[in-house]
Amino acid sequence: MAIEVRDVNKSFGATPVLHDVSLDVAAGSLTALLGPSGGGKSTLLRVIAGLERPDTGTVRISGVDATRLSPQRRNVGFVFQHYAAFKHLTVFRNVAFGLEIRKRPKDEIRKRVMELLELVHLEKLADRYPSQLSGGQRQRMALARALAVEPQVLLLDEPFGALDAQVRKELRAWLRRLHDEVHVTTVFVTHDQEEAIEVADTIVVLAGGEVVQAGSPGEVYDNPANPFVMRFLGPVTELGGNLVRPHDIEIRQDPVEGGSPAVVSRVVRLGFEVRVEVEIAGQDAWVQVTREQADRLGLGPGDTVHLRPAPGARSLALAL
Amino acid sequence: MAKHVLRLVAVVYVLFLLVLPVGLIVWRTFGDGLGPFAEALTSPSALHAFKVTLAVAGWSVVANTVFGVGAALLLVRHEFPGKRLLGAFIDLPMAVSPVVVGLALILVYGRFAPVGGLLESWGIQVIFSTPGMVLATVFVALPLVVRAVVPVLEELGDEQEQAAHTLGAGRLQVFTRITLPGIRWALGYGVVLCLARSLGEYGAVAVVSGRLVDQTQTLTLFVEERFQNFDQPAAFAAATALALIAVVTLLLTKLLRPKDRSHGN
Repeated sequence: MAIEVRDVNKSFGATPVLHDVSLDVAAGSLTALLGPSGGGKSTLLRVIAGLERPDTGTVRISGVDATRLSPQRRNVGFVFQHYAAFKHLTVFRNVAFGLEIRKRPKDEIRKRVMELLELVHLEKLADRYPSQLSGGQRQRMALARALAVEPQVLLLDEPFGALDAQVRKELRAWLRRLHDEVHVTTVFVTHDQEEAIEVADTIVVLAGGEVVQAGSPGEVYDNPANPFVMRFLGPVTELGGNLVRPHDIEIRQDPVEGGSPAVVSRVVRLGFEVRVEVEIAGQDAWVQVTREQADRLGLGPGDTVHLRPAPGARSLALAL
Repeated sequence: MAKHVLRLVAVVYVLFLLVLPVGLIVWRTFGDGLGPFAEALTSPSALHAFKVTLAVAGWSVVANTVFGVGAALLLVRHEFPGKRLLGAFIDLPMAVSPVVVGLALILVYGRFAPVGGLLESWGIQVIFSTPGMVLATVFVALPLVVRAVVPVLEELGDEQEQAAHTLGAGRLQVFTRITLPGIRWALGYGVVLCLARSLGEYGAVAVVSGRLVDQTQTLTLFVEERFQNFDQPAAFAAATALALIAVVTLLLTKLLRPKDRSHGN
């Protein structure tokens, strides 16, 4: 295991932030800490980096107890949401910082920094200052800077949170490819379930300062541990006291076995998908269908339809 | 119409308060050419006063720079009980009259006070000597560096410092490589202000120094003493010299200020 977190508790003043958190991160994996804001995921990442000290519990990095080690001795790469670029240094010197601290020879530093700048596609901007870069370029510089010291683990705190949607999508795909090239154990924090599912090979869901579930994106999406995880990982609706994904519902005009009657209240066309909002036994629900299906059924407000979970649908009973 | 009246009031106000007095001093100084000016400033007493002023101001700037950066770091980066009290104490010299500061120092460090007596028995004379004058000047100029650095340090945030830590830098390396370059313009501004204040200090130094001619006389005290003794050419020459130094420091602060803003983001 690259990172082993055991029974970590942490509170800020009287506010508990992490409660008995244990976590294993496999070497070479790309793990997402996913959860709503205030769930403790950034604090957990900072505890792993040594930027926060846990009240109780231990952190081991590559088998070594790092709980009492200062951040400068942990050999972790940390990338901040707002880049934390060294404003008074050029891109080159930013990336070279960790190597200069380690007093590596000049030509070795030059070679390594240029390699990294090529890796993050900034080789032409080596002499610029951070203020002359765009947000996405700054974040790539911060990533190269963190990678320069060959860290045992790379930690990213909401790395794309401050970027606009388009750049965020590009950088996600790029981070995935970068990880496949560099293979450094990586943990990143996000509150965006789509980002976690797309980029990570393991997702750890954190809420209320506790680990709620950990597993591959498929596992967490298909077998959520509780209604909270199911709601957080994607759209849900209620059908017969169960929580179901809206794309896992069969919609028919004629009564079917195991189906429940519902009245269509609104049909919303969102490009390829169509959202059919219904009222079922006095409760609101919705079903996601394709445009083709919607056209075939010819649904309109006031129509009566019959709904049942599709075969193989994952559903969770809601505790009433 | 109102605009013109306002403008006239402002011009007259500045004219009678600033331009006229300073202009007259300069005119009186150079009324008989540069010769008497140079002569008045190179008299042994004047040269000695220059030396004392430089020594006192120099030490005061050093002390306030070290303390100022340390206190600013403490106030911005750390939480501790009594933090607000420290902040209030740092602003105290702004409110207390320098004469009171001088008297208070005599009460503590005077020959017949406990602390002063103890130091005296070790051969260190504080009051009526350079250490006392430095103490008085340090106290009076105390807030200037701290107040210049604190807002920049707050704006800078601590993420850059944390990033440097994770990259393997120790505390001292983080300070010299990240923090100091981040606050350098603000620090320069604070130091220049502190220097200007130290050079011009009169009240506290007057009380603590004992005004011993050719011993503890600073330039400001020299101006006053020459004036009282009807040596107006020397008084005006020294006053002009002080004013010139003030103008130069003012220009320096103007040079430092805009850079800080463009650097801030």
